[in-house]
Amino acid sequence: MTKNFDYIEMKFPAKPQYVSVIRLSVSSLASRLGFSYDEIEDLKIAVSEAVTNVVHHAYDEDGEVVVGCALYEGKIELMISDYGSSFEYERVKSTVGPYHNESSIENLREGGLGLYLMDALMDEVLLANNESGVTVFMTKHVTREQVDEGAERITTQ
Amino acid sequence: MEITINFKEEKEILHVLVKGEIDAYTAPKLRDKLDAIEIEEKANIAIDLSEVTYIDSTGLGVFVAFYKRATRETAHVRLVGLSERIKRLFEITGLSDLMDIDTDKKVELS
Repeated sequence: MTKNFDYIEMKFPAKPQYVSVIRLSVSSLASRLGFSYDEIEDLKIAVSEAVTNVVHHAYDEDGEVVVGCALYEGKIELMISDYGSSFEYERVKSTVGPYHNESSIENLREGGLGLYLMDALMDEVLLANNESGVTVFMTKHVTREQVDEGAERITTQ
Repeated sequence: MEITINFKEEKEILHVLVKGEIDAYTAPKLRDKLDAIEIEEKANIAIDLSEVTYIDSTGLGVFVAFYKRATRETAHVRLVGLSERIKRLFEITGLSDLMDIDTDKKVELS
């Protein structure tokens, strides 16, 4: 079965100087999907917030941040993880639950304003917290004209 | 991805011109520059963000900290020249209700 998305994974040292490189990389991938200028800017902030959390809180010493981007037609799914190594995208995706406001701030270790912004700027934010680290999972849809959505629905008949 | 911070005193107002992107990498430099300001009682300080092209919660946190310190010294801080995008961030986070922010410092180009 053919996947209906392209998956791109990037791994960076968890250092502040790479935060801008990461948000620009994600924004150039997202710009191919038809996001508006404002949506791209929202994505850049949300990505930076998630990566900054890893940079500031995940490691006592050197570590890595893994950024996974699943590019669908009309939406992007992002995973930002403080695993030290790559992960199975589909497997991790299946382990994330709904995002609960009270518990997730603790999970993110000082999410605060950053977590709040991620939630405000993305369509969906989920957290996975397990023995190997924290993964943030975020989705943003391209805003479509109503006509397009209607047309898609008809073809599923 | 650099940031520059310049100061200019004019008509009893200390203008702080911030230029560039404010994120986890550049925020410490901004924080150091703002920390170094000796705030006098009842001083007027205007932080001009019209040439800031990017800001996230790291940057917002720096301004919140400076704002708190200035308020303790009974100084008045205004954030001016906010683009519509940056203004929106202050509104989303609720900071626009707590801080004196303004968009009218410079004429918007678009």
